[in-house]
Amino acid sequence: MSRFKDTVIAGIVLLLGRGRRTREPRIVPPGRPDRGAENILLVLFACSTICAGGAIAVYALDRIGNQTQYLGLSLGLAFAFLAAAFVVIGKRLVVTEELDEPYPPEGHPGVQAQLDELVEESGERFTRKRLVTMAGAGAIGTLGLALVAPAVSLGPAFDLRSFAQTPWRRGRLLVGEDGLPLKADDIEENDFYGAYAAHADRDQIGSPLVLVRLPVSQLQLPSGREHWAPEGILAYSRICTHAGCAINLYRKPLYPPAEPRPALVCPCHYSTFDPATGGTVLFGPAGRPLPQLPLEIARDGTLRAAGNFSGPVGPSWAGVRDRKASS
Amino acid sequence: MIRRTVRYLDARTASAPLLKKTLRYAFPDHWSFLLGEVALYSFVVLIGTGIYLTFFFEDSTAPTHYHGPYQALDGTEMSRAYRSVLDISFSVKAGLLMRQTHHWAADVFIAAIVLHLMRVFFTGAFRKPRELTYYLGVTMLILALLEGYLGYSLADDLLSGMGLVIGYSVALSLPFVGANFAALIWGAPFPGSASFWPRMYIAHVLILPVLIGTLLAVHLALVAARHHTQFNESQKQSERRVIGMPMFPAYVPRTLGLLFAVTAVLFLLGGLVQINPVWLWGPYHVGASTNGAQPDWYLGWLIGALRLVPGFDVVIGHYTVIPGPFWGGALFPMIVFGALYLWPYLEKRVTGDHAFHNLLQRPRDNPWRTALGCALVTWVTLVFVAGSADRVAVYVGLSYVGQIWFYRVFVWIGPVIAFLVAKRVCEELVAGERVAKIRRAAERQTEASLGIEPPGT
Amino acid sequence: MKRFFLFAALVLAPPAAASSPGVVHARTGAALYAANCAKCHGPTGEGLKAPSLRGVGERAADFYLRTGAMPIARPGEQPEPSRVLFSQRELRQLIRFVGSLGKGPPVPKPQPAKGNLAEGMRLFTDHCAGCHQVAAEGGFVTGARVPPLEGVPAVRIAEAVRVGPYLMPMFSPRAISNAQLDSIVRYVLTTGHPDDRGGWGIGELGPVPEGMVTWFIAIVALVATCMAIGKRFGR
Repeated sequence: MSRFKDTVIAGIVLLLGRGRRTREPRIVPPGRPDRGAENILLVLFACSTICAGGAIAVYALDRIGNQTQYLGLSLGLAFAFLAAAFVVIGKRLVVTEELDEPYPPEGHPGVQAQLDELVEESGERFTRKRLVTMAGAGAIGTLGLALVAPAVSLGPAFDLRSFAQTPWRRGRLLVGEDGLPLKADDIEENDFYGAYAAHADRDQIGSPLVLVRLPVSQLQLPSGREHWAPEGILAYSRICTHAGCAINLYRKPLYPPAEPRPALVCPCHYSTFDPATGGTVLFGPAGRPLPQLPLEIARDGTLRAAGNFSGPVGPSWAGVRDRKASS
Repeated sequence: MIRRTVRYLDARTASAPLLKKTLRYAFPDHWSFLLGEVALYSFVVLIGTGIYLTFFFEDSTAPTHYHGPYQALDGTEMSRAYRSVLDISFSVKAGLLMRQTHHWAADVFIAAIVLHLMRVFFTGAFRKPRELTYYLGVTMLILALLEGYLGYSLADDLLSGMGLVIGYSVALSLPFVGANFAALIWGAPFPGSASFWPRMYIAHVLILPVLIGTLLAVHLALVAARHHTQFNESQKQSERRVIGMPMFPAYVPRTLGLLFAVTAVLFLLGGLVQINPVWLWGPYHVGASTNGAQPDWYLGWLIGALRLVPGFDVVIGHYTVIPGPFWGGALFPMIVFGALYLWPYLEKRVTGDHAFHNLLQRPRDNPWRTALGCALVTWVTLVFVAGSADRVAVYVGLSYVGQIWFYRVFVWIGPVIAFLVAKRVCEELVAGERVAKIRRAAERQTEASLGIEPPGT
Repeated sequence: MKRFFLFAALVLAPPAAASSPGVVHARTGAALYAANCAKCHGPTGEGLKAPSLRGVGERAADFYLRTGAMPIARPGEQPEPSRVLFSQRELRQLIRFVGSLGKGPPVPKPQPAKGNLAEGMRLFTDHCAGCHQVAAEGGFVTGARVPPLEGVPAVRIAEAVRVGPYLMPMFSPRAISNAQLDSIVRYVLTTGHPDDRGGWGIGELGPVPEGMVTWFIAIVALVATCMAIGKRFGR
């Protein structure tokens, strides 16, 4: 019943109020209609609709070439038209008022004081506040540690032996990229070869090697490595000692008198190592030589490791000891 | 209809006053205030496209062989993760569009954050009472870098593997705890245990997005609580009164327009410009690598730093204490982010300015801050550019070694020059304005004393 | 001081400007050789300031001359592909003449159609991508620039693998068999027109051009949008 009354009154007010300007003050100030902008808006919405429909069609049609391109184009354009439409609404079709408001106050000193008081009064019944606080903090802290401790299961955080391990030990056969044993006669000057430890996971950092052959007369290996390079065949870890990338660049001069000397180069940060001198650094950010693997040639001509690397393989860590890696 | 909805909601949530207040929230108007929104909307696109990709991606490094439409990898051994990315690119309809849009959105997301950060820094928007908002923003930038790196790594193509081993080396290089830390993250020495890929994946699709989303919500809530800053554009603005357009009706269509514009740009790029064509790179193995490997642009400054720092491991006896990658890969970003975190405190400390600030400064109004900011930007940018010196060597023919030595010197000189130039420019601009003001005042005075009517009366 | 100038020259020198000397034209192979090559390689190919050409065969001559990498201004300088200044007839004569200096290998005849594309990509990744980049876009090795391989014909690719020009390793048929070489050549030829199903390939280089597109296209467009939506004021 009252709803009916409301409607009747509203209708009367509307009828009587037509043409008059004596209403409650508005929230949003009035603005003049803009038919032109409205027309643009309608066109933009239409374009967006067409493009979005096009996107569905492109998706549905399988035989279309460059489907990704047409799909991206139609979806992108649909969004672009929609963006333009909303900018038109914002800039030309709704009223842009200027509000002038106070910033929130810097602080609420009264409430701050009440909060202080609240805490203080709540704790009045404690007699040994410091002791209780410390005991509580100790309990919660220890519990926190207990909850964090299982995170150690994520990895061998305190047992770093596996970091220094390699599959190489005396007698371990070298195999090429194709998995077949490498023979000394296969290794030619002017070329470089990838090799791995036979019967071991290739995707562990200690496995990949790079092999080159240099004239024995050119070798200047550190003392103690006199027999590490039989027939001038040198084996180095393929993993850069700087940041662990694979060394698949061999700089090999065609005409040594006039060109840079042979070098192994890492493609990530261009650390450059000298294979003739035991993998010493010629250029770049590497901090230590490339680890060398001692080789021996078995009776059947195959290449075998004569021991483990001259130093730890791959990037260094705090505490790594620069001597022979364990096998 | 609207009235009914409002009534229904208000009756159940008592939120009508809050809604009214929100709709009449005042936004000061300047284009540079929208840069943060570009980042926000890129994040929205990242979430949308990312959810789509999760339905097809496989987080496993178990070996498999590819047999599909891409001939050059037919029969090649690879991880299931990489194969699923190939399938998204070749076999899932609209998959490549979503993948590329996702990747472009990541690149644009971080670029927009950097621009937003620069706007906030150079206008002094971070000053009291908005330091917390600023710290949250810098934190989100760090999380976004990490999130992008994980996304780049998950594809398990040749470039992602090379990026991961470099990240592993930097983790190893942390003083004292490097190897222990890396062991926890990777679960084993590189390339890590079988659970490493699922770990990366859950971090990429759940942990980090939720963290970023949460911080984003707090960031926005803090902005609203203290209200936007504003430029002192006319006589109306002051430290006490904010002048701006209301959220509704004026601001909503504008910001929706920006949302759709960001989406449009990202879909257009995703469809028309190829990004990270992983099928061209092939699968990663520990023994494989390629020339010209680079991270996404936002980590370019770190590869630049890793290339610039000369080989220098701190070694005592036979024991390594600090390996080389620490300097460029860890210390350098720590210094940059440390500077960003400390700046609000340092500025307060040096200037003794502990006052409330709602009015922004133009960069010229604070020559010291602007000059130091320019120096920092120049420093990072030079290191960033040094990261692509190898490409410059290929295409322009400049010697790589020569460039590296040039940058090793110039990364220290460049910021000094930038500092001096920026400071001078700011001071000159301010001085010019002061002269113009004095002249205007003098002219007015002369006119008044001569009894000339000022024009326009 | 000298090093400084060298450094300055390296920094300022326009690309490959130093290595484009003119050539002397002549009618016979011997005359062409005497005028253009003998100064460094010796009158009878015995090698003076540059390697001996006896026994390198037509294979090496064909590679260096048809890529325009030879002649170079100074021995030891990187021979890089550039404009070929000899006429086709002169090339044929000079190549035949160099081949006659000693018994050497002929120009190879790769058959990429017989190669296996996937095997080619694997072999290229193992042997070549370290320097040439996995999509054959070229790269850098300390001391030399590595040329991109786009548009290089099959025969030149096969020659380069066997010859090992400048700082490139030399791969014998034992290291890379002729059948494997066919696969590699086939792969390299496809990199000239890669599967850019994602759209504009921006050089198939990955992150560097992608970053440029991000900043110079996407961010420029979006900042322009912000400026169109928001207020700009000059005071």
